[in-house]
Amino acid sequence: MIKFLLMVNKQGQTRLSKYYEQVDIEKRPSLETDVVKRCLSRKKEECSFVEYKDFRLVYRQYAALFIVVGISDTENELSIYELVHNFVEVLDKYFSRVKSKLFFLSSQSELDIMFNLDKVHIIIDEIIQNGHIVETNKNRILAPLLALDKMAEAH
Amino acid sequence: MALKIVKGSIDRMFDKNLQDLVRGIRNHKEDEAKYISTCIDEIKQELKQDNIAVKSNAVCKLTYLQMLGYDVSWAAFNIVEVMSSSKFTYKRIGYLAASQCFHESTDVIMLTTNQIRKDLSSPNQYDTGVALTGLSCFVTPDLARDLANDIMTLMSHTKPYIRKKAVLIMYKVFLKYPESLRPAFPRMKEKLEDPDPGVQSAAVNVICELARRNPKNYLSLAPLFFKLMTSSTNNWVLIKIIKLFGALTPLEPRLGKKLIEPLTNLIHSTSAMSLLYECVNTVIAVVWLSVLKYLGLLAMSKILKTHPKSVQSHKDLILQCLDDKDESIRLRALDLLYGMVSKKNLMEIVKKLMLHVDKAEGTTYRDELLTKIIDICSQSNYQYITNFEWYISILVELTRLEGTRHGHLIASQMLDVAIRVKAIRAFAVAQMATLLDNAHLLTGNTQHSGICEVLYAAAWICGEFSEHLEDPMATLEAMLRPKVATLPGHIQAVYVQNAAKLFSTVLCGQEGAPADSKVAQETSQLLIDRLPVFVQSDNLEVQERASCILQLVKYIQKLQQKDVEVAEEVTALFAGELNPVAPKAQKKVPVPEGLDLDAWINEPPSGSESEDEGRKTKGKAVFAREESRHTKPRYTEVDEKELAKRREVRKAEQANNPFYIKASPSSQKVRTASSPNRQLVLWMPMSDQYVKLEEERRQKNKADRKKDKKKRREKGRQRRGDSGPESEEDITPAHMVDIVTEEMPENALPINSSLTSRCITDVCDIQGNLHDGSQVVVSVIFENKCDSFIKSMEFNVMDSLNSKLQRPEGAGPHDSLTVPFHLPPGISSEARFIFSVQSIVMPQKLKGTLTFIVKDSSTHEKLDFKLHFTCTSYLITTPCYSDAYAKLLESGDLKGSSLKLEGINQPFHHLLARICFHHHFSVVERIDSCASMYSRSIQGHHVCLLVKTADQTVSIDAKCDEPGLLRNVLDEIKLTFSQC
Repeated sequence: MIKFLLMVNKQGQTRLSKYYEQVDIEKRPSLETDVVKRCLSRKKEECSFVEYKDFRLVYRQYAALFIVVGISDTENELSIYELVHNFVEVLDKYFSRVKSKLFFLSSQSELDIMFNLDKVHIIIDEIIQNGHIVETNKNRILAPLLALDKMAEAH
Repeated sequence: MALKIVKGSIDRMFDKNLQDLVRGIRNHKEDEAKYISTCIDEIKQELKQDNIAVKSNAVCKLTYLQMLGYDVSWAAFNIVEVMSSSKFTYKRIGYLAASQCFHESTDVIMLTTNQIRKDLSSPNQYDTGVALTGLSCFVTPDLARDLANDIMTLMSHTKPYIRKKAVLIMYKVFLKYPESLRPAFPRMKEKLEDPDPGVQSAAVNVICELARRNPKNYLSLAPLFFKLMTSSTNNWVLIKIIKLFGALTPLEPRLGKKLIEPLTNLIHSTSAMSLLYECVNTVIAVVWLSVLKYLGLLAMSKILKTHPKSVQSHKDLILQCLDDKDESIRLRALDLLYGMVSKKNLMEIVKKLMLHVDKAEGTTYRDELLTKIIDICSQSNYQYITNFEWYISILVELTRLEGTRHGHLIASQMLDVAIRVKAIRAFAVAQMATLLDNAHLLTGNTQHSGICEVLYAAAWICGEFSEHLEDPMATLEAMLRPKVATLPGHIQAVYVQNAAKLFSTVLCGQEGAPADSKVAQETSQLLIDRLPVFVQSDNLEVQERASCILQLVKYIQKLQQKDVEVAEEVTALFAGELNPVAPKAQKKVPVPEGLDLDAWINEPPSGSESEDEGRKTKGKAVFAREESRHTKPRYTEVDEKELAKRREVRKAEQANNPFYIKASPSSQKVRTASSPNRQLVLWMPMSDQYVKLEEERRQKNKADRKKDKKKRREKGRQRRGDSGPESEEDITPAHMVDIVTEEMPENALPINSSLTSRCITDVCDIQGNLHDGSQVVVSVIFENKCDSFIKSMEFNVMDSLNSKLQRPEGAGPHDSLTVPFHLPPGISSEARFIFSVQSIVMPQKLKGTLTFIVKDSSTHEKLDFKLHFTCTSYLITTPCYSDAYAKLLESGDLKGSSLKLEGINQPFHHLLARICFHHHFSVVERIDSCASMYSRSIQGHHVCLLVKTADQTVSIDAKCDEPGLLRNVLDEIKLTFSQC
């Protein structure tokens, strides 16, 4: 199962974290820096999987942002690898609708995620629940969020 | 009141929202902590207000701060307040904050039960959805119990959006409140066939997770999943289903066959790497068919060419394939091994192969093994051999093979090594002498015909390098035994020729001593007595050489009777050392000016006279063979003079020729410290001893060279049982091969004598921990063997997936452990390390390093070692009563395996004591020459042995509930007895 999902920038600052297994709040920063260090220190040509403690890390880099997923060793690494891209495509679809350009290639993406943290969370919650993949269809993932936006506009 | 509302909304205009907070933090890089603490104060103020919009904004900011690592649990109650807002925009912020901050021990969760129930049954699907999502993060056993029914109802909600979420959250409920599983399961099963793919995928997810925990209960669902697998197009779902089948197949082997077709279809059709990977994974794990095994090995050999490292890590797996029933798989595995050897693992691999040679049935495979062993060892100019004594003894061991066709291969290897590795000659000669002495064992059976080729090499080596023989007389005697006449002609010829060489050495030795002409004459008499057999040989060459040498000896005897010293002259016959020459060395000799190689030196033969002349000169140049046939002594005298003259000329030529590889005077003296002086009995497997010696030598390279050798050997022997760490670092070859290639430089290569004064040894004992099934205690004895104080020792081991060194809390996975003492010179002390081990079925080796500071030099020294966790070390001597033992055997839970040891001639009680001592068994019952033994692994596996002995053969029938463990333990027992 998926244990956590992190979005971090190149400086190692956490931009989004979602845990599917309870980790004490005091331990989170050290875990996050440790995980990030592992991923950042790897070269581009090296593979995207890292063994870490008793689980595996799957990471992908998009411009300045890293998305790191911690999984148990029964999970299929490649499926998570593809899931990360699926997630990014969803974000792309949602935010480029607003910005009308490719979202993830711009440095703007980091700010967008920080400013719309709650919305990104909604997207993640649609895709992953309980540490498992629930939905991979982009339209269905975005449906609740779009409904919410409509409500806000109506206000 | 109205005023208050107005005031509130004005206040709100100045409130920070999330964007302002993020910007603010970015603008206060220097005093971030201070800025955030003022923000938190503001948030606290905001939370005190009645306005829910203000509150939700504050909670939203808190969620961000929580992510940055700030504890916001103090706001838990406010989060609940926001959660219970009737407006969805606020509610979702509350739930988001709750899902991020709440966990089981958050006490306000109790307050949320009714609120969540209300949200779950809300007519707005998004209210329900957000409640379900939040719940999945912070559900507690109490919440699970109270809400299980509500969620179950939601599983059949009209909206697929809700059904999907409800199905998935049920898994968490099952975990927290297992009683809910039984009533909910039928509905869960229904969801597998839900019309909505999202719901279906959620159900597959849940059932896969449940099935992994307890596959037995889910076997009945196999047909349903089978249908899903062939119909679903969602890769993520397919991966889950295939994973599920991976868990089910071990329980129902018939499934494996059924799976092949859909899996191969998927493999061929999918474009998703992840699905492909999962299929291949499952195929390997489940449908481990021999075809796939073969293809896997084939693929590995392709990978080996480009990425040798990645294949090397699968060495053990490949060695396992050597046990396969299928011969073609074994041959493939052998091919792979060829490319995998390195200096470090050569001995280990060859040792394993030698075991297989013993076990192998059918000569074809055995011959293949033999050639592979030789190929592996000799590849790229013996690049991987670090100890040639070991290699020679391997070759000698191989001569035991019955009926092999490859005698000549072994022979040529022996010759090659003896000629090219100067330092090994003394050892090789000793081995060959023993071989010659035991020649009857090789030739005793006509089936051995192929192997007697080895004698060809043995005789030649003994003759050519006879100066290394300890007792040349005995060898000479062995070579002239009448039985030799039954050997093939070309071997006899070599025997005769080399008998003459030996004869010259013997004479030399005898005359050097206070002249005892009688003994010398007796030696000559021996030859005169024995050679006539060969003179009568029907093989032309044997006959020719024998009669030639016979006459020579007769003449020598005549001289001896006149008290003439002949030894020097006889030795001169065979003087000049044979040295390796590069195959293309001749090319480097410049053609002298004015010499046209293509032109005739003499005109094309016109008459028979000139031809005869030419042949005669050629013959003379080598040996005085032709002449000695004539019985007239006058001729011989002339010839010996002439020979001496020619030799002078040749030596002068050699001295001037830079391309002739001279025997460097020093290389003769080079003998390594480890070359053993002990006598070896031929028909014992010896290579193990050399493996041992090699280990010691490698350690010795680090330790002081002058250490008492004997003491070390004893240590080595003691260690055999529990296989101590062997140092792996800088394996310097004991001997160098003269590498003869085109680029061959001037002289023979020097012996590498780089020695460091490293000064520590360690011995260790691996013991399972009784109280914890996954712990193993390793006690290491450190002994300081140098004259300086050793301090700051640090012990570190590279963890593997299976075994991990237990480090104190807070230490990283690569940190080393400090050894809690210093070592004054000559002192030894013991330290204990705890390892946690997951699977005990396979033996394992861990690499580690010990760093330490020698006081005088104050530099860090490093010692690499290997810890060998044998399966035996996981066993714990446990007593067992015979009735309990019988019950255990009757239970039928145990799987059997057996082992036969031959040629064991120690008393039976010794044998039992050995098994008890080395392998941690206890004797349950013993009747005459039959005994039952018992042991238990740290994880509670029972291991039962029934040991029977009958004239030197010991058979061990064993049973264990873990066949892998049993097989390895038996291998280890076998090893123990092959070493004694």
